[in-house]
Amino acid sequence: MTISPCSAELPGTFGEAMPFLCKGAVITLQATLGGSVLAIAIALPVGLMAMSHRGAVRAVARVYMEFFRGTSVLVQLFWLYYAMPILTGFQLDKSFAGILALGLNLGAYGSEVVRGAVRSVSRGQREAAIALNFSPYHRMRYVILPQAFIGMIPPMNNLLIELLKATSLLSVITVADLTYQGRLLVNSGSDQLIVFALLLLIYFLFSYLITLIMRFVEGRAARMVGRDGPQGRPRRAWRSPRPRRPVPSVEIPSVEIPSAETPSVEGAR
Amino acid sequence: MIRFDKVVKRFGDLTVLRELDFHVRPGERVTLIGPSGSGKTTILRLLMTLERVTSGTIDVDGQCLSHMKRGDRLVPADERHLRRIRKKIGMVFQQFNLFPNMNVLRNITEAPVRSLGVPREQAEEKARELLEMVGLADKALEHPSRLSGGQQQRVAIARALAMEPEVLLLDEVTSALDPELVSGVQDLLRDIAHRGDLTLLCVTHEMRFAKDISHRVLMFDQGRIVEDGPPEQIFSEPAHQRTREFLQAVLDA
Ligand SMILES: Nc1ncnc2c1ncn2[C@@H]1O[C@H](COP(=O)(O)OP(=O)(O)O)[C@@H](O)[C@H]1O
Ligand SMILES: [Mg+2]
Repeated sequence: MTISPCSAELPGTFGEAMPFLCKGAVITLQATLGGSVLAIAIALPVGLMAMSHRGAVRAVARVYMEFFRGTSVLVQLFWLYYAMPILTGFQLDKSFAGILALGLNLGAYGSEVVRGAVRSVSRGQREAAIALNFSPYHRMRYVILPQAFIGMIPPMNNLLIELLKATSLLSVITVADLTYQGRLLVNSGSDQLIVFALLLLIYFLFSYLITLIMRFVEGRAARMVGRDGPQGRPRRAWRSPRPRRPVPSVEIPSVEIPSAETPSVEGAR
Repeated sequence: MIRFDKVVKRFGDLTVLRELDFHVRPGERVTLIGPSGSGKTTILRLLMTLERVTSGTIDVDGQCLSHMKRGDRLVPADERHLRRIRKKIGMVFQQFNLFPNMNVLRNITEAPVRSLGVPREQAEEKARELLEMVGLADKALEHPSRLSGGQQQRVAIARALAMEPEVLLLDEVTSALDPELVSGVQDLLRDIAHRGDLTLLCVTHEMRFAKDISHRVLMFDQGRIVEDGPPEQIFSEPAHQRTREFLQAVLDA
């Protein structure tokens, strides 16, 4: 018989705690997901704006980035949830306020990541695109960004884990996330050691999950820019077999080009 | 076709081109030679609008590169003006600069499709013809990183030609290649040069190659032209001491 990890049938403190922690975990995941989507949606345009040749556009981006990096998420959260209704008479839903604060804050860091990755694409690539008469938009869209993408992934991975951890701040405005549920359980008499240990474990599993997802995305991206795979973009039209390794795997892959005319061994045929 | 008029280019305190004047007729093939640092690459980059002149003017086909007419005033060129001029010019780089996020075929078709609006099928057909011409018909779906340097450079040449430029700029296109791959690329360029009415500006240290393809050779030193003449004359009886020294140094290398 299998018992769900969220089941109340579990023995002792586990049975007491897990149903609540699971509920909280769902909220935590939702906040992480919402915050990530928002952060990425902000980071891309703002990161590009920070490199605009128009001073005013750059200034707007910089002000946003410096402001949200320079103030704490918690204080931003207080403003969005408690201060804004006083100023504007408009009360945000607390989960929404939480996601907004997380997205705005991590979006500011993400903008820096985007900017750094775009700048790291070699000048030769940009110049080749100019020489081929691409418009500035097409240069960015089809040449620079696809190559910059892979460089964004490891730092984005860190940011998303930061974001996951920062969701625990939402408990302060009584969003019923994982941390909130844990503290509630402890306050109502559950074994502290076990509950806090479960919190650690669940947060850790989630952050590990983020890392796994990002590694997968990174692998895909690497293959797209040919770092470790055979083909470029038109994957729909043509699927290549994975490069078959020679049987004794001692060969170094980069010595396979003896002369200019050698037909490809691993080609499509 | 191309006219440099008192062109000065400075990088900070360093003056790279000093009041340079020269012009190139349509269909003419000109090789630029001269010691490293004499400003040859800078000339090609100015033409490709990758750099801006400090002063002086460059005309391509009668159109000024850095300025355009608005009403009857001259104003700095905007992106649209630059793109009209770039349309006439293609460039092949020493380091190939193929796009690693696209396969070979896409490297060649992407620019015609995106910047000229050629339908993709038509662009692919043309690209396959070009690949045939450069001897890489079987590599269309390969990733650039799986080609040798010589093959990559030939793809880069096909990519530049796919835009049907009137002027082709070649900046030491065989310098980054292993010695045994140089002749393949040179043979290809010789074919292309002799086939058509392409105007060619070529920087190279391979004097044999320069002799084969060019109508005219310009010898540069310290941002000035020290000698200008047909290859037979420059290579066999250079008029200037500086040219003799340079040719000697290249031969010894
Ligand atoms: N972007 C740049 N910034 C500063 N100096 C540069 C730049 N580009 C070229 N130079 C300098 O200009 C001089 C001429 O360079 P270049 O045109 O590449 O010469 P060549 O191609 O004849 O070797 C060199 O001294 C080089 O260091
Ligand atoms: Mg050079």
